[in-house]
Amino acid sequence: MTTTEAPLSVDKPRSSTRPAARRSNFELYSWIFMRLSGVVLLFLVLGHMLIMLFLDGGVHRINFAFVAGRWASPFWQVWDLVMLWLAGLHGGNGLRTVINDYSRSDRTRFWLKMLLYCSIVLIVVLGTYVLFTFDPNIS
Amino acid sequence: MASTTATAAEGTPREAVRPRAKGTLYRGDLGMWSWVAHRITGVLTFFFLFVHVLDTALVRVSPNAYDTVINTYKHPLMIVFELGLLAAVLFHAFNGIRVMLVDFWSEGPRFQRPMLWTVLVLWLVLIIPAAISMITRAVTELFGG
Repeated sequence: MTTTEAPLSVDKPRSSTRPAARRSNFELYSWIFMRLSGVVLLFLVLGHMLIMLFLDGGVHRINFAFVAGRWASPFWQVWDLVMLWLAGLHGGNGLRTVINDYSRSDRTRFWLKMLLYCSIVLIVVLGTYVLFTFDPNIS
Repeated sequence: MASTTATAAEGTPREAVRPRAKGTLYRGDLGMWSWVAHRITGVLTFFFLFVHVLDTALVRVSPNAYDTVINTYKHPLMIVFELGLLAAVLFHAFNGIRVMLVDFWSEGPRFQRPMLWTVLVLWLVLIIPAAISMITRAVTELFGG
């Protein structure tokens, strides 16, 4: 068994070192969001992987022309946009929970979450930008 | 031992002898491992999502840049990676349904264990044909077909 330096304990609810509970339902809403987005993602992601990995030769048929053909249809544009946002937020919120659970010091926790939030913003904004400005005739 | 710490994983001898109430043990039980697996598969999938949005964003740079990077996914050995991703996503999806049933269905907690077996059977039923299909394709490509 590994030995740990910090005691595996939770501060007493009224201890002076424990910050007062914030009057916010954020964690409740994030809990609900994980479940609702999970159901939607189940269909979007498994459908996406079925199309991309198995149908019509799978990954071997994917190239620029294939993407251009798909994104000519609003259906696949909306599909990919919703999947991007839900996956980014669902995965990001999941990682936030993991960081909160395993960080040993507040400083590590803060910086890991900053890195996480920057990554989420980067991929969601970049992905949205690409979807809205895609140009099939780019050279 | 300090009274407030929760390090008593081994417990006192007397506790070890006393039979545990059925259905109350979580730590070290199958339910805990499904939770561990849910976390690991979720984190791995998130890392892939990050890479995948970046590689897809290359369609905005040039068709050539996109095709070059996407070609790395077509290498036969990449099926190991793609299969791993599929395995992670499938487990996370089915176990996620199980988590929701435990949370929202009044009988859910009682059936959490049979539901975990259902998740694993369903996972095997889908991942085995997927693996066969992908590996067959990779082998015929590697050794010519």
